Amino acid sequence: MKSELIKLTDKGLYCKKGDFYIDPWLPVKKALLTHAHADHTYRGNQSYLVPEEGKRLSRIRLGDEAVIETSKYGETQYIDGVKISFHPAGHVLGSAQLRVEYKDEIWVVSGDYKLTPDATCAPFEAVRCHNFITEATFGLPIYRWTPTEIIFEEINQWWRRNQERGKVSVIFAYSLGKAQRVLNGIDRSIGQIFTHGAVERLTEAYRESGVDLPETKYVGAVENKKDFAGSLIVAPPSAAGSIWLRRFGAHSSGFASGWMVVRGARRRKAVDRGFVLSDHADWEELQTAIRATSAETVFVTHGFIPELVRWLNENGMNAKPLKAQYVGEEGELEETGHEH
Amino acid sequence: MKLFTELYTELDQTNKTNEKVEVLRFYFERANAENAAWALYFLSGRKPRQIVPSKKLREWALALTDIPEWLFDESRDTVGDGAETIALLLPNNFEIDETPLHELVEKRLLPLRGADEEIQREEVIKSWNQMNYAQRLIYNKLISGSFRVGVSQQLVTRTLSEISELPKDIITQRLMGAWEPTPEFYQQLVSNELGADETPIARPYPFHLAHQIDFPLDDLGDVQEWQAEWKWDGIRAQVIKRAGQVFIWSRGEDLITERFPEIAFAAENLPDGTVLDGEILPWLDGSALSFNELQRRIGRKTIGAKLLAEVPVILQCYDLLEFESTDIRAFEFQERRRILSEILDELDTKTKKVFQITESVEAASWKEFAEKRETSRTLKVEGFMLKRLASPYRVGRHRGDWWKWKVDPYTIDAVLLYAQKGTGKRSGLFTDYTFAVWSGGELVPFAKAYSGLTDREIRKVDKFIRENTKETFGPVRSVTPKLVFELAFEAIQKSKRHKSGVAVRFPRILRWREDKTIKDADSLETIHALIESHETTNE
Repeated sequence: MKSELIKLTDKGLYCKKGDFYIDPWLPVKKALLTHAHADHTYRGNQSYLVPEEGKRLSRIRLGDEAVIETSKYGETQYIDGVKISFHPAGHVLGSAQLRVEYKDEIWVVSGDYKLTPDATCAPFEAVRCHNFITEATFGLPIYRWTPTEIIFEEINQWWRRNQERGKVSVIFAYSLGKAQRVLNGIDRSIGQIFTHGAVERLTEAYRESGVDLPETKYVGAVENKKDFAGSLIVAPPSAAGSIWLRRFGAHSSGFASGWMVVRGARRRKAVDRGFVLSDHADWEELQTAIRATSAETVFVTHGFIPELVRWLNENGMNAKPLKAQYVGEEGELEETGHEH
Repeated sequence: MKLFTELYTELDQTNKTNEKVEVLRFYFERANAENAAWALYFLSGRKPRQIVPSKKLREWALALTDIPEWLFDESRDTVGDGAETIALLLPNNFEIDETPLHELVEKRLLPLRGADEEIQREEVIKSWNQMNYAQRLIYNKLISGSFRVGVSQQLVTRTLSEISELPKDIITQRLMGAWEPTPEFYQQLVSNELGADETPIARPYPFHLAHQIDFPLDDLGDVQEWQAEWKWDGIRAQVIKRAGQVFIWSRGEDLITERFPEIAFAAENLPDGTVLDGEILPWLDGSALSFNELQRRIGRKTIGAKLLAEVPVILQCYDLLEFESTDIRAFEFQERRRILSEILDELDTKTKKVFQITESVEAASWKEFAEKRETSRTLKVEGFMLKRLASPYRVGRHRGDWWKWKVDPYTIDAVLLYAQKGTGKRSGLFTDYTFAVWSGGELVPFAKAYSGLTDREIRKVDKFIRENTKETFGPVRSVTPKLVFELAFEAIQKSKRHKSGVAVRFPRILRWREDKTIKDADSLETIHALIESHETTNE
């Protein structure tokens, strides 16, 4: 019988032996963070340990005052005798799974992850463990991603067609991760690219971290509105429907998100086009990742929890729900800035 | 079907009118007549009847995947649509099927009707295998008879008018009535040669539709320039008598001649070359029956003698569009009414009973009209129609000359009791609600409604439902009674068919009463009182 090395508390996932929390949502002494998305990175903790590769993003999110230590992917550390290491999660730049080992018992907290190739971050690395904590944001078989090249063909064609029709193209993409993935994959020869302020700052942090991104201009620095003609604007989903868009005149809007698989979600979003581009594992990637860990027990924290748990149990695995306060919950998908 | 798939996908997603017109233009400028004819057929809301039931599609699709039924059902609940769920669950294929639309429909879809199930299955699977997701979605909807494109007839007409450089009403007229999606039809539709026979005898004129008035009446100007008629709640229809033949058309462009034999029969006595515009009403002993009674006749192909006797119908005539085989829509309304009244006057007594002219209500001021409108409920009408005396008969929905001036609906405060996930745009969210009112200390369900909330409210209510689910029965959840909504109805009636003893017409959510608790909700007694006060004043 295994001890409960990691438990869910009202503040977040907690390792008592090492007295640290993982992605806590209430203030604690020591917080280990898997990645810099808002629902995993809260301010107000006394100290942080984050993956080295994501430190620029964490710094932006946590502010100058935060006490941040870093650890490279694969580098081992001991906290009160508990062995820990970060491993790439393939979710966004600097995202990690956390491996926690104590007395022959290994846990992996995967945070958010995906297996789809993404040139803006290190690829997911399968880590063998006894207990695997997984997300299930897209834990239904309807969620299967179209190859990224095809999605980018769609986005490129949409941008070109808008140009022909004399329209500006505005694509909404979450400002950390998705926006940079769009920038990295888009055909840079089509035209000029502008960014919303929220996107620009994080994009600069990506560039400083060595990710290949096209030249972008900050929308706010443009004086003559005619400069926007035929261009692509990358903005966070919160800008949709705002007066900020007025400066572009006639435009077509697009939204890059895994939710865009479903017609109802596309239509509800009130944009002109939906593009299926996600930072999360799809149904098949979830299966692949989970099997690759050879875990004895799989804990499912957020998303389609009962569905994935039942499926895994029916397919010879031992799975349990573990409801954490991370978002991606179906009913809230409209409200959160996460995975939009 | 590559071009058509693009058209569907783009139309389906945007809700900007201009974007839709551009997308339509892009399609019709490139599609050849064979494909364009079918595209137009679908865009104008026509579709083949179900060829394969969705249950079969589901069965065949499940056999191709390793997905158990419960997981299919969960997926379907999230997606909100069976045909789409199947398209999403089938083994991935990202190749595009290049078969032209007309070939797909004529050679691969329609011939499957009535075919052997094994052949159907093989053909369906073959098609699935060579289509990508977007194409499978269209295919599944077409084959299961549920295909619908989110575009108004007006936009399609506008686009075709722009492309063909023909006036909109010519296109509208050419698109009315029955037609087959052949390349010849499409070519004729956009051809700028106006045939001598531009008004084939069966064809109705496009209806002139009105908006609800949304500004002070005084803005209409001098009351003397207007005519007010009671607004009846029936079926809007055109009755055509040309070349000795009679045709009755509903506003939805359905030929309904056979459903209303008493009108069709009487219309034979109209002078040749006459087109009447009016409202079909259930009418017994000099007064209108409720719309519920008329509904007993809608949707039936043949009407039995008993029903004919119980629910006879008449046409309340309000306009004359064609007189002595001449299109008189450009005449002033008052002139058309004058001729209409002359024609009806000359009919024999029996025919006169079927074709009655709508009464013109007289008043000296808008204020007086407003007072008279208050009696609408007693008269079983919905309010007034206001028409400018000097106006022509226009095409489609138009602001300015005709206005609906309906009475305010009944309102009731009711408690949310059950919820179900919506479909289409609302899929995945709990948006279909059942409401209850008090009766002897218990909450009794009495109406279903789903429209009238903002997206933000919908999400809040959705969250409430998820957090306050008491029980789940299939797709339906019962929730802790807590939320109160103000509902509006066009009519309330006693009903033996409903558990609550009342039936409501056009229920909709007016607003979420966050200021009220369930104790403040109305009771069945209140509703019965509403019905009774209405009936008493009626006598």
